[in-house]
Amino acid sequence: MILDSKIPAGPLAEKWTKHKFNSKLVNPANKRKYDVIVVGTGLAGASAAASLAELGYNVKAFTFHDSPRRAHSIAAQGGINAAKNYQNDGDSIFRLFYDTIKGGDYRAREANVYRLAEVSVKIIDQCVAQGVPFAREYGGLLANRSFGGAQVSRTFYARGQTGQQLLLGAYSALSRQVANGKVKLYPRTEMMDVVMIDGHARGIVTRNLITGAVETHAAHAVLLCTGGYGNVFFLSTNAMGCNVTAAWRAHKRGAYFANPCFTQIHPTCIPVSGDHQSKLTLMSESLRNDGRVWVPATKETAEKLRKGQIKANDIKEEDRDYFLERKYPSFGNLVPRDVASRNAKYVCDEGRGVNETGEAVFLDFRDAIKRDSRKVIEQKYGNLFDMYKQITGEDPYEVPMMIYPAVHYTMGGLWVDYNLMTTIPGLYALGEANFSDHGANRLGASALMQGLADGYFVIPYTIGDYLAQTPPVKVDVNHPEFSKVAMEVKDRISHLLNIDGKKTVDHFHKRLGKIMWNECGMARTEEGLKKAKAEIKALKKEFWSDVKVLGANEELNLSLEKAHRVADFIELGELMIDDALNRNESCGGHFREEYQTPEGEALRDDENYAYVAAWKYVGENQEEELYKEPLVFENVKLTQRSYK
Amino acid sequence: MKLTLKIWRQKNASDKGGFATYPVDHVSKDMSFLEMLDVLNENLTEKGEDPVHFDHDCREGICGTCSLYINGKPHGPLQTTTCQLHMRSFNDGETITIEPWRAKAFPVLKDLVVDRSAFDRIIQAGGYVSVNTGGVPDANEIPIPKTVADLAMDAAQCIGCGACVAACKNASAMLFTSAKISQLALLPQGQVERKTRAEKMVAQMDAEGFGACTNTGACEAECPKGISITNIARMNREYFSAVVSSENM
Repeated sequence: MILDSKIPAGPLAEKWTKHKFNSKLVNPANKRKYDVIVVGTGLAGASAAASLAELGYNVKAFTFHDSPRRAHSIAAQGGINAAKNYQNDGDSIFRLFYDTIKGGDYRAREANVYRLAEVSVKIIDQCVAQGVPFAREYGGLLANRSFGGAQVSRTFYARGQTGQQLLLGAYSALSRQVANGKVKLYPRTEMMDVVMIDGHARGIVTRNLITGAVETHAAHAVLLCTGGYGNVFFLSTNAMGCNVTAAWRAHKRGAYFANPCFTQIHPTCIPVSGDHQSKLTLMSESLRNDGRVWVPATKETAEKLRKGQIKANDIKEEDRDYFLERKYPSFGNLVPRDVASRNAKYVCDEGRGVNETGEAVFLDFRDAIKRDSRKVIEQKYGNLFDMYKQITGEDPYEVPMMIYPAVHYTMGGLWVDYNLMTTIPGLYALGEANFSDHGANRLGASALMQGLADGYFVIPYTIGDYLAQTPPVKVDVNHPEFSKVAMEVKDRISHLLNIDGKKTVDHFHKRLGKIMWNECGMARTEEGLKKAKAEIKALKKEFWSDVKVLGANEELNLSLEKAHRVADFIELGELMIDDALNRNESCGGHFREEYQTPEGEALRDDENYAYVAAWKYVGENQEEELYKEPLVFENVKLTQRSYK
Repeated sequence: MKLTLKIWRQKNASDKGGFATYPVDHVSKDMSFLEMLDVLNENLTEKGEDPVHFDHDCREGICGTCSLYINGKPHGPLQTTTCQLHMRSFNDGETITIEPWRAKAFPVLKDLVVDRSAFDRIIQAGGYVSVNTGGVPDANEIPIPKTVADLAMDAAQCIGCGACVAACKNASAMLFTSAKISQLALLPQGQVERKTRAEKMVAQMDAEGFGACTNTGACEAECPKGISITNIARMNREYFSAVVSSENM
């Protein structure tokens, strides 16, 4: 199969407009004859479900949460980018497009990214109309701030809770359609598999998380808006429930998985404090505007510090190494996320890390407080400092914060064409669940933009083109395929419940996470990846023979829910390793130690790897097949990123 | 630390339920409260006993999924969500009592998990501005004074966890409902549907079986996001001025 990205012909700036015109339309009276399933109710899912229902389609929306408002989009802090140029500082659609392509280290599709930048301006209009309380200037107009690497102020925000406010906006639009009867909501319901009829996605099989009932749902199209897979690492900034199961089930039914090894490691997270740790908490990137990152200059000092013989504030200026300022004098502490993360790892690997574990670096506000006063710092970061104190018990006004990188976002995901359709006709992937817009590294404040762009402004157009070519005949849920897939799901459930092994699901998840973090995390080597692959294969075998899942299917059963998810994470982990092994270059968040410049920076290989790696599942325990979608750059020049 | 946990166990919605006592050992002060329960659950699972079910997700204090009535207070001793509560707030040797939210409109599903879908239905009754996707004015064509936007944001911060209901002796959902009504009543975008919104949301709140407000202020005192009861006063004004001039009821 040749991957057809369906990128429209013509100049970059006209592609989307032309494409919308060339897409077939569904007659308004016919829309009510089409059913659409939306899985996931985060930014992408809620905005898609609401917008499609407004158009007249019948929507069924599914979430494993108790309410659509809980999706992890809610936790995004910083903001949402849009090329409004309200600040008169030189922003434009092309500049947002350019920054995103470059930030992604030239591993994203030009056409998709341009469209994202183009519709970004409409997202802000939509959210304001819904009553999202964005930050305002005294004159009553919208405020902006600068963010992650951009040289213009294009980020709209609602205090430190932008994701929350945008999600509640989309949730309110969704709730309105539930009240109108155009969306039927299925909370506490998890998608277990996709059902295909004649090669098209025609429904899903779900499990009711309260009663355990395995149910089937038919539709003319299925949208997966199920987020990212960062929890494959066990510890990440993702919510506890984030998982890959929906996407992975679709993958096993024929949807190719693209660039799985592209994961984003965020430099400013609160470090791990012990084995009991269940998740990592992100501290906003904005802290690097004023905090200085350092570790002790020598191993000996670091050791004394770890043993508690000295305190951070006792260490003299000349015994400190402000390593980002030293290595990157022009960008200093404000280098992009991937560079900051990697360098923190280097100094910790040298034995100069702090905290009892040696896996942390300092983020010090002493000089900023001296320069600007405590009051100014309090105004800027007060809530973050409070949060830090609540979690660690230390006061960052008095002692330096400790931070360490953590998995935050996954740029990889289901392969989709320009219409957001996967390689399964009728099956779409939106938001973090697809791979399309961020290349090998996502810029700050761009995840919210993409989720809402896909849901509000892309899918309402592109799905029409597909549905217009699908007969408006009710999909019959009594088709034998539905009962066949439902039976497979039930078999898997009873298989998991009957293993009756000795080790808990979390035990396996933690071991998987360690393998992935050590060998497929911030730095990767061929040797380490090969070792990890063997370990994961063994772990999979062990899981299926020794996992202990208690209770029954016919009840609320958290260990059964988790067992499904971890089983899929194990398989995904192996694919991520294959992908990282295949990509013999370093780009963005993917750093292969063999491929670096003499200064230790990522070394891309545009000649051989300027492509999307899309993987096809071919069968249980078989090596997946690689398909390449070449990336063509007609509007930007590929350059080596430098932040010196 | 060594602790004794008295936890409400209830097999399902129709089970009567009751307390069970579990000793836990090796609790570190840096653990979050939910991580302490994770450790308990790992131990229970290893012994072949059903783990304690509780709702949780983001563990950053923003999704509103976690609940728990700890030692007689929703979300425990601090004014924060349970996921942001750490064991350093407790003493070695202490007995901690953990119950689900108790309210008629929040039936227990299992152990500490309750059904809060009543909140969704209150929002569905009118907690939105009726605009479709597309065809809206440019964002800066709706200027909003900063002070108004800030007040709206104060109300909009509600995470829908239900602590206000759990804290209230009448199990009233006034704080939750008033937060949304306030946000939209303050903003120009919410004006068109202002009256019907107040009427419909209040009616739904009553239909769900939530109690009335008797101004004890327990909701505000326990709200992890500091939502103010001035929102309830605003909602009452909105509601009364809506019903006296009602066009649709």
